[in-house]
Amino acid sequence: MEYLAPVTTTHYLALSALLFAVGTAGVLSRRNLFVSLMSLELMLNAVNLTLAVFSRANGDETGQVLALFVVAVAAAEACVGLAIVIALYRLKESVDLDLFRSLKG
Amino acid sequence: MIETILFYSLGTVLLGSGLLVITRTNPLASAIAMVVAFGALAGVYGLLSAGLLAVLQVLVYAGGIMVLMVFVIMLLDLRAKDLESMKGKWTTALLCLLGCLGVAGTPFWMGALSGLPSAKPALKEGFGGLASLGETIFASHLFPFEMLSMLLLAAVVGALVLSKKKL
Repeated sequence: MEYLAPVTTTHYLALSALLFAVGTAGVLSRRNLFVSLMSLELMLNAVNLTLAVFSRANGDETGQVLALFVVAVAAAEACVGLAIVIALYRLKESVDLDLFRSLKG
Repeated sequence: MIETILFYSLGTVLLGSGLLVITRTNPLASAIAMVVAFGALAGVYGLLSAGLLAVLQVLVYAGGIMVLMVFVIMLLDLRAKDLESMKGKWTTALLCLLGCLGVAGTPFWMGALSGLPSAKPALKEGFGGLASLGETIFASHLFPFEMLSMLLLAAVVGALVLSKKKL
């Protein structure tokens, strides 16, 4: 059964890198504010996966503690981010990122 | 053996739903795909013997953050016409994806990860469980934990202030 070789730390890290790349591509290529926010969450989750992988590889729980902290910070970020989305929608009646250029120098 | 099968199936679901998140026109479809991705990621956490993290992933992410997201998406009630105009070009998306893969894969194709031990260490009893993680948090990470509660309070107040019609 050589096709079913045991998964190593590197496999998990590769999965996390792929997920991070997908999230970054979403942030960069989409104009919908909601999808950008969700892609941001994907990136945070990829980082969390890396933390859990190294926590398992070292037999040390501190990585998981940090991942839990990241989850809490992501909750705060989503809460404030969605409030900003609502405020922006009131201003422009749209969630198109291309319309929010007034901060651009 | 069973870990390998689970890893590849969960990984496929995770990356597939991740791609769905960034390609769907309707943000509601993205949100549903996102919930599936979070479920698959919780499974991967389970494979890594991070039980509490898996449970909190489902509770906080799939249950809390995504419900808030879906709630706001439905509250704003975007029209199909607006959504069509926000469609990106798929060539741009593909280029972005390839570029990001190249950058994120740097440690892999540079061979920087070859020194990682392939054998996993034996874990203590209850690794990643509630009791064990709670002990780690409250014994050695109490201050950041308390700061987190301040952050959440500030976020709640900030969200209230930001979403008010008139300040």
